[in-house]
Amino acid sequence: MRENKKTAGASRRKTGRRHPLATVALIAIGLGVTGGAYAAVNTSTASAETQIAAQSTIEEGEKLFQANCATCHGMGAAGTDSGPSLIGVGAAAVDFQVGTGRMPMQMNGPQAEEKPVQFTDEQVKALANYVASLGPGPSIPEDHLTNGGGDASNGAELFRINCAMCHNVAGAGGALTEGKFAPALDTVTGVHIYEAMVTGPQNMPVFNDLNISPEDKRDIITYLQYVQDNRSPGGFELGSLGPVAEGLFIWIFGLGAIVALTVWITAKSN
Amino acid sequence: MAQDDNDGKDLTVADSSVADHHDEAHPGTAVVSRDAFTDPGLVPHRKRVTDLDPKKEKHAERTVYTLFYLSIVGSIWAIAAYMLFPIESNNVGDVRLNTLFIGVGLTLALLAIGFGAVHWGKALMVDDEGVDIRHLTRGSDETRAAAVEIFDVANKESGFGRRTLIRNSLIGALIVFPLPAVVLFRGLAPQDENPVELLSHTMWKKGTRLALDPSGVAIKATDVTLGSAFHVIPEDLNDLEHGKLEEKAKAAVLLMRLRPEDLNELPERADWSYDGIVAYSKICTHVGCPVALYEQQTHHLLCPCHQSQFDVSNHCEVIFGPAKRPLPQLPIAVDSEGYLIAQSDFLEPVGPSFWERS
Repeated sequence: MRENKKTAGASRRKTGRRHPLATVALIAIGLGVTGGAYAAVNTSTASAETQIAAQSTIEEGEKLFQANCATCHGMGAAGTDSGPSLIGVGAAAVDFQVGTGRMPMQMNGPQAEEKPVQFTDEQVKALANYVASLGPGPSIPEDHLTNGGGDASNGAELFRINCAMCHNVAGAGGALTEGKFAPALDTVTGVHIYEAMVTGPQNMPVFNDLNISPEDKRDIITYLQYVQDNRSPGGFELGSLGPVAEGLFIWIFGLGAIVALTVWITAKSN
Repeated sequence: MAQDDNDGKDLTVADSSVADHHDEAHPGTAVVSRDAFTDPGLVPHRKRVTDLDPKKEKHAERTVYTLFYLSIVGSIWAIAAYMLFPIESNNVGDVRLNTLFIGVGLTLALLAIGFGAVHWGKALMVDDEGVDIRHLTRGSDETRAAAVEIFDVANKESGFGRRTLIRNSLIGALIVFPLPAVVLFRGLAPQDENPVELLSHTMWKKGTRLALDPSGVAIKATDVTLGSAFHVIPEDLNDLEHGKLEEKAKAAVLLMRLRPEDLNELPERADWSYDGIVAYSKICTHVGCPVALYEQQTHHLLCPCHQSQFDVSNHCEVIFGPAKRPLPQLPIAVDSEGYLIAQSDFLEPVGPSFWERS
């Protein structure tokens, strides 16, 4: 076969004509080179554009920071007596604290509580970009880690070991010392749960990626979403608080019903 | 017998008979005060509406049989619900519907019978008031003599007092009978092992690596960033074939990293931590709940069962609650590859006090 082709090619060269596919090949190479070069130039301009955009949001974030946060955290976010330094806390910490309304703090108390968010999404992002630009820290997690596409049973085991002692096994929250509490997790978005694990807001310990890997964090979020979506098979949860709520219910309503029945049985009929 | 021979015949209110019985009754040790106020007698009988008004009586009757019919409906509904809401798929929602509707049916079935019966008794059954006079606690002489007679006859007929060999062997058999239970229950306790030893020691020994719960992945000192809390098991725990949970229950450890300047360590424990990383037993010294509610800013550890609080920065001493002793500290170090290892076992028994604990 090869021999045949070669001989055929040789005979054509003799005639002085090019291979009919040569033009096609030449055009393809030409197009490829120009296309590639254009693409290279194009991406470099695109990344330059995003960099400019990031730079502008950083500047916007700095203005927002100086107007809203610097009173406690200091002009350069280096911290004051009233608030900790934010250098190196990363974009994730800002997105969690500001995105859940915990910051800016309304008043001093045992802990900063969730309240209506004070900024638009773009402003939160700008603040996060500004703080992230001050020093390296955890960034906002990617969507595939927070959308609940993991293994709920693995997440449940990890949640029971690492989280349930404070947040309750059903994520209903619980009390800590001196007025502090671990909040309920039923209305918290996956992104904010992930960010809380990475950054350890307030008194929550940090669960870094070497303690709970990003995939394990995704599984924990999956478990929490499963608990939210599947109602308790046992019926009325009574706040999922376990023996406290259930005991109170049975003492008041169960014993109350027994007392009422006893009174009715022994009362004289009229 | 003597005082209570009304034989079910209800006396209508009769003050004189009550007075008579008062005279007969033996005062016993009761203190009879001189100025006791006079017995006002019984409240006059008040007739029920169902006795006075035939319409109301009819109504009550209807209520009672309606309740009994409701009970039938409830029972049939429970059977129907069992078939209508089966637990066939793997969906937990099915369990909820199944138990809910069967429960509603059974509740109706039982409650309606109860309510019907009580209402019947209260509204429709004969409403005569009667007085049963309280009798003496002591039986009459004839009754007592008859009782003694019964024992005498039984003793004679059975030969219980005469055939002493039979009697004593029976008593012996009854004494020996519970012994198998004692031996069987003793078998549930640890065999060939001293429980005090078991309670005093855990799996930790010199060189055991600290590993993540539940995966058993060994932890490097550099993994533990500031403010972290790691739930830790011995690295070789997952290799155990038997008694894994028993060992885990004793060896569970909480690993935390604080700023070294926040740690106030006892001088004799100065080398038990590594660069602000400390490891403490997770088993509460009160009654053994897992203490793991760690607050990274205040460095307090809270036990969720009885609110004991331990101060991690101050060698886990008790600052609140019923616990009496600080949490035992696991001395840790770092091996040549950078992994955290135990220097030894805990130097004191973990968990709550026990009798032989020194």
